[in-house]
Amino acid sequence: MTTVARHKTARKRSEPADTRAAGRPGGRYGGRPPGEPRAIGWLYVLPALLVYGGFLLWPLIRGAQFSLYDWDGLGTAEWAGLSNYTSTWTDPALRGAFGHLLVLIVFYSVFPCCIAFVLVGAMSRTKIRGLVFFRTVLFLPQVIAMVAVAVAWRWVYSEDGPINTVLGWLHSAGLPDWRHGWLGDFTFALPAVGLVGTWVGIGLALVLFLAGVQKIPRELYEAARIDGAGAVREFLTVTLPALRRELAVALTLTTIMAIRNFDLIYMATEGGPGDATKVPAYEVYNRTFNTGEVGLGCAIGVTLAVLAFAVTAGIGRLVEGKDA
Amino acid sequence: MNPRGERIFNHALLAVFAVIAVFPMIGVVTQALKLPDDVDFSSFGTAWREGHFATYLRNSLIVTACTVVIAAILSIMAGYALGAMRFRGASALFLVFLAGLTIPTEAVVVPLYFDLRSMGLDNTYAGLILPQVAMSVAFGTFWMRAYFRSIPPSLLEAARIDGASSWTTLWRVLVPIGRPAILTMLLLTTMWTWNEFLLPLVIINSDEALRTAPLGLSFFQGTHKTDYSLLMAGALIIAAPIVIVYVFLQRQFIAGMLSGAIKE
Repeated sequence: MTTVARHKTARKRSEPADTRAAGRPGGRYGGRPPGEPRAIGWLYVLPALLVYGGFLLWPLIRGAQFSLYDWDGLGTAEWAGLSNYTSTWTDPALRGAFGHLLVLIVFYSVFPCCIAFVLVGAMSRTKIRGLVFFRTVLFLPQVIAMVAVAVAWRWVYSEDGPINTVLGWLHSAGLPDWRHGWLGDFTFALPAVGLVGTWVGIGLALVLFLAGVQKIPRELYEAARIDGAGAVREFLTVTLPALRRELAVALTLTTIMAIRNFDLIYMATEGGPGDATKVPAYEVYNRTFNTGEVGLGCAIGVTLAVLAFAVTAGIGRLVEGKDA
Repeated sequence: MNPRGERIFNHALLAVFAVIAVFPMIGVVTQALKLPDDVDFSSFGTAWREGHFATYLRNSLIVTACTVVIAAILSIMAGYALGAMRFRGASALFLVFLAGLTIPTEAVVVPLYFDLRSMGLDNTYAGLILPQVAMSVAFGTFWMRAYFRSIPPSLLEAARIDGASSWTTLWRVLVPIGRPAILTMLLLTTMWTWNEFLLPLVIINSDEALRTAPLGLSFFQGTHKTDYSLLMAGALIIAAPIVIVYVFLQRQFIAGMLSGAIKE
């Protein structure tokens, strides 16, 4: 009862101020001029915050906690300090996995951006007819489930797949026999997986850069031409600086794709042959559920989260830094 | 080169890369239909039956619809507060949501597995929906906040002077005019949820009847290792829903994914 009474007096006191402020009937939020901080904002954020905190932030914290223990997922956990983190470079298989990640970043991120840059640079600034069509097709690999992409590429690389078929023709034309079981080959499995990433990334980079180039004022190119700049010079002084923001976005998105590379590896190679295509994202799963090293799996997961965060924060700053 | 030659060169270059982009997909279709020898849809029938894709597509539909709708409502509310209201702690809260954009599934999937299991939520729809709502809400709040910040303050004032509460202003005024931004958010969260693989793989670990479409494809691959015409049919079945939506609404998809939103 007391609360109700107190509430009533509070409300009564607030009414004049409220009508003065906004003329709103009821005066639910007390006497407050417009634009004043309102605690009701918290009520709107609360449901999202609860789910987000409970099912994303909390697991991340729990993961960091798990990563400090040696635990097989069943028995009792033993305090391990930071030893799971030191394992990420002392364990040869894991060091290899992080090395593979570096190689894949080159394939997933550096190659697509370079290729797309050369293409955009090679194309003159004429109006492109059917741009919407090209954009839609080039971007298509981005929206297809990675598991489906993996199935398609397993066929491309298979013994009787299109690559080996073409190589077979070349062989019968007198060239050496270059046919391989690509995904089962210790030398070629990692680059083969990497090329899938290049394939996925090129469209994204091309679409980004094409859009960026269209925004560059024509006068800049005309000025460069009047100054006697050749195609390369023009590219370096006009196109490249103007596309810095697009480059940052492309590098970030594709690098994150390389870091979060679980689906493709699980579906196409399961890390094999041997350890040839093991990557950290796969090892999170493998160590936790196959070899019973839950703490280690979590340590790799936390490391990936830190990497993803650093890449996101870092690339933008690196590419755009001078202006920002 | 003359302008005409330049134009032809540009289009030829784009055409080559367009072909590269669809090449594996063409392979998928020709393999699934057993082209070029004949047109045979039997692979689809066999894959559909043996792969239980009817069940798996239904599961994916349920999980995706629930995730997207819940995440949209929560994101719109949170984005509204963070974008259009001023209150203590708002900027700190925004940073908290922003941090979530970069958290990869790999970093949370193991603790989620153990904690959801102890709550009895493994092998349930809820165990798939709640974590994916959380992931979508990080992006959605970021996205909707940007939209609500772009709204002229005069509009909010006008609604207030007309006597609309903040709740009514949101759902009757701002949401209807914000349909383009909301549509993009819905499309992206739909795609991410539909395509998610690691979470269902770990959470749906024993109940076959709850598998989502991508998870179903991975088990289908396990039983038909090199029967590519069947596998390709399965891949087409699970990819088709998103691809069809994408073809019609590609502009929203591309704009959303390139907006600098840092999430795969």
